[in-house]
Amino acid sequence: MPLVTIKPEVCKGCELCVQACPQEIITMADTINTKGYFYAKVFDQPRCIGCRLCAITCPDVAIDVQVNAVQYQYFPY
Amino acid sequence: MAQHTIFCRPESMTDATTHYCPGCTHGIIHRMVAESLDELGLREKACGVAPVGCSVLAYNYFNCDFLEAAHGRAPAFAVGLKRVSPEMTVFTYQGDGDLASIGTNEILHAANRGEKITVIFVNNAIYGMTGGQMAPTTLPGQITTTSPTGRDVNTAGWPIRMRELLSTLRTPAYIARGSSHSPQWVIRTKQYIKKAFEYQEANRCFSLIEVLSTCPTNWGMTPTESTKWLADNMIPYYPLGELKTPDEDDALVGKMLG
Amino acid sequence: MAKKLMKGNEAIGEAAIRAGSKYYFAYPITPQTEVAEYLARRLPEVDGVFLQAESELGASNMIFGAASSGKRVFTSSSSPGISLMSEALSYITCAELPCVFINVCRAGPGLGGILPSQGDYMQATHASGHGDFHLLVLAPSTVQEAVEHMMQAFDLADKYRNPVMIFADGLIGQMMEPVDFDAVKVGKPADHSDWATTGAKGRAPHIVKTLYLNPLDNEKHNHHLAEKYARMDKAEQRSEMYGGLGKPELLITAFGTSARVCKTAVDMLNAEGIDVALFRPISLYPFPKVALAKEAGKAHVKQLLSVEMSSGQMIEDVRLYTKDAKPVHFFGRHGGIVPSPEEVVDAIRKILPKKKAAAKK
Repeated sequence: MPLVTIKPEVCKGCELCVQACPQEIITMADTINTKGYFYAKVFDQPRCIGCRLCAITCPDVAIDVQVNAVQYQYFPY
Repeated sequence: MAQHTIFCRPESMTDATTHYCPGCTHGIIHRMVAESLDELGLREKACGVAPVGCSVLAYNYFNCDFLEAAHGRAPAFAVGLKRVSPEMTVFTYQGDGDLASIGTNEILHAANRGEKITVIFVNNAIYGMTGGQMAPTTLPGQITTTSPTGRDVNTAGWPIRMRELLSTLRTPAYIARGSSHSPQWVIRTKQYIKKAFEYQEANRCFSLIEVLSTCPTNWGMTPTESTKWLADNMIPYYPLGELKTPDEDDALVGKMLG
Repeated sequence: MAKKLMKGNEAIGEAAIRAGSKYYFAYPITPQTEVAEYLARRLPEVDGVFLQAESELGASNMIFGAASSGKRVFTSSSSPGISLMSEALSYITCAELPCVFINVCRAGPGLGGILPSQGDYMQATHASGHGDFHLLVLAPSTVQEAVEHMMQAFDLADKYRNPVMIFADGLIGQMMEPVDFDAVKVGKPADHSDWATTGAKGRAPHIVKTLYLNPLDNEKHNHHLAEKYARMDKAEQRSEMYGGLGKPELLITAFGTSARVCKTAVDMLNAEGIDVALFRPISLYPFPKVALAKEAGKAHVKQLLSVEMSSGQMIEDVRLYTKDAKPVHFFGRHGGIVPSPEEVVDAIRKILPKKKAAAKK
């Protein structure tokens, strides 16, 4: 199952990943990070398809994506 | 089960948190350049040139040598370095106020001489660093701190399309316009940027990638609204895609010279 | 090596190559275009880079980029072009990049004229651009001296990591004189690998920048530059005394072409038994204040005369460093006119006490 890691301290709360996720499984946390931003977080990891669109659209490289099986890549990036 | 990382911070990018505003797509464009340097193995022989503008501090975010240039002069800096160190990969990272206004003469002649450098031109239709003034790329009717009633094309003229302007030059070049407002276009723009560096590596031609970008703070919108505004307003005026490639030019020469 | 008859502009270009510089970025402007024309032919022969930029502004910013590599680079222009280069000079000096700029000065201000002048003295020595910075400025008065200065310039630029300006003028650039390139030994180019942008292979990235947003960092950097100029001031003051019959009562101060004219004037007056001498600054920055104070301070020197091809600019430094202890007169021609020795002699006769000044019958 793909794993999306959003680093709370790096996130600036811009919500672009929320808009980008085709599975709509990212939301904004209800707590703020040390910079005072509500950071993004994945609330339904099992439904993640590992497409990486969240990470690709993140302006602050706050998102890493891992997969644990042979993964069909929707597109080269 | 071993976890395979399929997305992470490129080595050519430092760990520093950028000073860019939340949602500003400069960060994405930085990453695309850094990814291209990584994938082509250029980091250790690269030197970037970042002039005045929001991205003047780009050297804090890249893991390669960097020059900080005067406003508009980055192409000349890059040309100077590339000419004396042709083995290096030299690129500039410029905003629209920098390249399309004060730096027009430098970019025009660098392109026309066919300098083997790569130019990343970020077009967000406004001056960001100085707080939201009208730029040569500001759209008609767009309100900025120096076009408070909206850009009046009768007095400020129409926005400049640099991709088109430079593509009229006869000297071969690779000139394209991409965008950073959506993941789909980030993926395509990354290919343009990587191809530009490949042309430089092959010592083939001058390359410039114009990348539409958002400026939530100075546009006065949220980051997600900004991506929609860009799509609805900028893309119709600044059509996306590759406009000039060196191979076409060679064919054109054949046709012209018969 | 035997002497070779060469035009000043071309000799300057050749001297740069002899000094190990093969990278030249410039723009045509009378009266120094021959530097570019010569190098356009010559640099390819030595595997060098000759680039005619889109403007002097472009050329000087290319110098910043090229100098960041640590290699020896140079450019040349003339007055209006140097004005276009002033922004880059400020950036280059702040970034501490070694390079050489040649100003073949012409009549100004504005488009001015194409004939020789010294009207850029203040620009070169006091205000080459915005902010506190200085160029090391050498002023040759012969083509041979221009060659020697050019060949020393790169070593000086390396030594101080600072641009060096050769302040010539249209006369020196345009005239032909025999030159000997072996008269000067050139040092080995310094190793700049600790800061130059050569690619971050096996080392941390090198960043060449001039932005210091934090005022404390900015002040610290300015102190560092000021300390450099103090070192320059201590080590690089250069001047020459010429003529006089032992106890000159009038001391002429003049540099470059006007100094040549004054040497003839001094000879003419000394031949009449009139004891006048010439003090010739060779470094304009750092100004040779120590030597001037010594010479002008001698009891027998009653007054000074600054002879310049301008409205009088160096005279301000002459008065400053002699503390206005004695009257400092001025004689100048500008507009591109080079004063004749006779004019200088007449000017001196008017200043000297009547009985002494009467021309011998």
